[in-house]
Amino acid sequence: MSNQQKHWEKTRGLLFITLAIWFVFSIGIFLFGAEMNEVTGPFGYPWTYWFTCQGSLGAFVILIFWFANRQEKIDEEFGFSEREDE
Amino acid sequence: MKGNFIDNLPKVYGIYTGGFIGFIIIMAIAEQMGMTAKAIGIAFVAFTVFIYALIGWLSRTAQADAYYVAGRQVPTVFNGMATAADWMSGASFVAMAGGIYFKGYGYMALLVGWTGGYVLVASLLAPYLRKFGCYTVPDFIGTRYGGNLARFSAVVVLTVASFTYVTAQINATGTIASVALDIPFQYAVYVGLISILLCSMLGGMRGVTWTQVAQYIVLIIAYLLPVFWISNKMGAGFFPHFMLADEVARIGELEQQFGFVKNAAADLKSVPKGLAGITKAHSAVNATPWAFISLALAMMMGTASLPHVMMRYFTTPSVKAARKSVGWSLFFIFLLYSSAPMLATLSKLSLIDPNLPTGIIGKTFAEVEAIDWYQNWNQANLMFISDFNGNGTLELNEFFMGGKAVVLATPEIAGLPYVISGLVAAGGMAAAMSTADGLILAIANAISHDVYYKIIDPKAETAKRLLVARVLLVVIGFAGATIAAMEIQGILGSVIWAFDFAMSGLFFPLVLGVWWKRANRQGAVAGMLGGLAAGAWYLVWVRTGGSGFLGITQLTFGIFGSAVSLVLMVIVSLMTAEPDKATQKMVDDVRVPSGKSILGRSH
Repeated sequence: MSNQQKHWEKTRGLLFITLAIWFVFSIGIFLFGAEMNEVTGPFGYPWTYWFTCQGSLGAFVILIFWFANRQEKIDEEFGFSEREDE
Repeated sequence: MKGNFIDNLPKVYGIYTGGFIGFIIIMAIAEQMGMTAKAIGIAFVAFTVFIYALIGWLSRTAQADAYYVAGRQVPTVFNGMATAADWMSGASFVAMAGGIYFKGYGYMALLVGWTGGYVLVASLLAPYLRKFGCYTVPDFIGTRYGGNLARFSAVVVLTVASFTYVTAQINATGTIASVALDIPFQYAVYVGLISILLCSMLGGMRGVTWTQVAQYIVLIIAYLLPVFWISNKMGAGFFPHFMLADEVARIGELEQQFGFVKNAAADLKSVPKGLAGITKAHSAVNATPWAFISLALAMMMGTASLPHVMMRYFTTPSVKAARKSVGWSLFFIFLLYSSAPMLATLSKLSLIDPNLPTGIIGKTFAEVEAIDWYQNWNQANLMFISDFNGNGTLELNEFFMGGKAVVLATPEIAGLPYVISGLVAAGGMAAAMSTADGLILAIANAISHDVYYKIIDPKAETAKRLLVARVLLVVIGFAGATIAAMEIQGILGSVIWAFDFAMSGLFFPLVLGVWWKRANRQGAVAGMLGGLAAGAWYLVWVRTGGSGFLGITQLTFGIFGSAVSLVLMVIVSLMTAEPDKATQKMVDDVRVPSGKSILGRSH
C-alpha cells in the first residue's frame, strides 16, 4: 500500500470515529429524550433540556477541535502537512 | 500595507470594539440627559451601518482572488467570527429565543441542528474544498465532475436555496430599519438593501469578510449584554447559563399551577395575526424522538450544503486553517445559541411569575393595560391580552405575544434603559445584513464566475468579470428586495426551506465528490437535479394538502430530497462509465493537504 493510501485509510478511520461521536450527541441521546429528562443533570437542569441548550452544542465545538488536531497529526505522520504559512 | 493590515487585525478590531463600547456609553449618558428613544434608535443603526459601509469602501479591490476569496489570507479566528456572522441571520437573532419561548423542546432541535452541521462541514467537506482551491461551490462541482451541465446544475441549486434565504434576510433588515428609523416598511427594505450592497459591492468577499467580523462583534455584544444584565437584575444568577436551573423548574411549577387551557376557536380569531400564547411546556420533552431528530438532521445536512457558509472556508490561508476555522466558527455561534434558551427562560419567568414585580399573570386587566411597556408593545402589534373568561384577571391562556418580542421587548420589561433596546436593534440589523451579504455574494459570484466566465465567455478579462459580478450583485439584491417587500412568508419558515433545498440538491454531490471516487458526471447531475426536483415536489405536495409520509413535514422535506439524490447518484454513477484517470488523480490530490491546489491561485 502506498503512503497516500495509508494516509487516506487513517483519515477515513478518523472520519468514522468523528461521525460516531457526532451521531451520539446529535441523534443518539434524543432517542431517549423523554426518559433522560426525568433525571437532573449538570447545573441542576434536566438532562435532555441541558443537552439541547448547551451539552450537545458544546460537545460539537470540542469535537471539531479534537478532529482538527487528530487530522493534523495524521497528515504529519505521512509527511503531508502543509508548510507553515500562517 | 496589506500585510500590515492582516498582522494588525487584533489591534484594529480591538480598537473597534472599544470604540463601539464607548459609543454605547455615550448613548447611555445621552439618554440620561434626555435624548429621546427614537433618536437613540436612529443613532445606533445609522452609526453602525456607517462603519460597515466605511469598511466596505476601504476593502475595495480590482483583483479576482481578493474579490472572490478575500485573497485567501483570512486568519482562522477572524474567519470564524465572519462565518458566525454570515451564519447567524436575522432569524437567529430576533426569532430564535421566541421560538424556544413558545415551542420549547420541539423547537430546540434547531439549536442542535444548526450547530451539529458544523461537524459535517469540518470532517466531510471544508478542508477538501479549500485544498481544491475553488472560488465558488459550483466551481468545485464543475471541475470535479467536469462539464458545463454539472456546473450549471450546481448554480441552479445554489440559486434556489440562497435566494429563498436572502429574501427573508432583506425582509429582516427592512423590519428593523423601519422600526429604528421610523419609516414605512416598503421603503425601509430598500434602505436595508443599500446598506447591504455598500458592504459587498466594492470589495466582494474581502469587503464582506471584514464587515462580517465587525458585525459579529456588534451582534454578540447586543445579544449577551441584555441576557447577563436581565439575569442579574432579576437576581436569577450572575452567570445565567450555569445558574438558571431554579428558574427553569419554577416555570415548570407555574405551568402545572396554571395549566394549559385551550382557547375556543372563536376567541382565538380576535387575536392579531402572528401572535401566540404559551401552549407548550418550557423544558419538558414535548416532541416524538423522530420529530426532533428529523428536524435536527435536516438542518445539519443543510448546513453542510449551504454555499454561503462553505465559501467562507475558501478564504483561509491553508487546509489546516480551514479545519480549525470551522471550530472557531462554531465556538462563536455557540456563544449566541447557548444564550437563546436562557433569554427565553428569563423572558418567560419575568412575565408569568406572579411573585416577580414584572409578572402580569394574575393581575387585573386594568393593571396590565396601565403598564407603559405593555402599551408600547401592544401598539407595535407584538402583545395582546383579552379577557376570554370574563373574570377580570389575566390568565396564562389570555396573554399573547409575537415571537420577536422575546428579544426586542424583554430588556424593556425587565426595566433596562432604552439604550439597550437601541443596541439590540443594531445587533439585529448586523445579523440580518451580514447573512444577506454572504448570500447575495454567493449567488452573484456563482453566476458571474461559473455561468458568465466559465461557460459563456472564458476569455473575459478580470476587469470585465468583476464588473459583471458587481452588476449581478445589484440586480440580485434588488430582485430579493422586491420580493421581500411583498412580504409573502415569515422569516423563519423560508430560512428552514433554504436548508432543505440546499441539502436536497447539493449534500451528496458535494460529499461523494470527495469521498467516492467512482461518482461521475452523470450521477452528479442526476443527483442534483433529481434531488432538488424531488424535494420541491414534496414541499408543494404537503403544502397543497398532501399527507406526507414517514413523518416528513414541510420543514424537513430535504430528507426526502436528499435520499432521492443519493439513490439517483449511486445508481446512475454505477450504470455509466467510471471517471477518467485524470479525474481520479484529482480526487487523490484533494485528499492530501500538502501540495498545490487543484485550481490555480487565479483562475
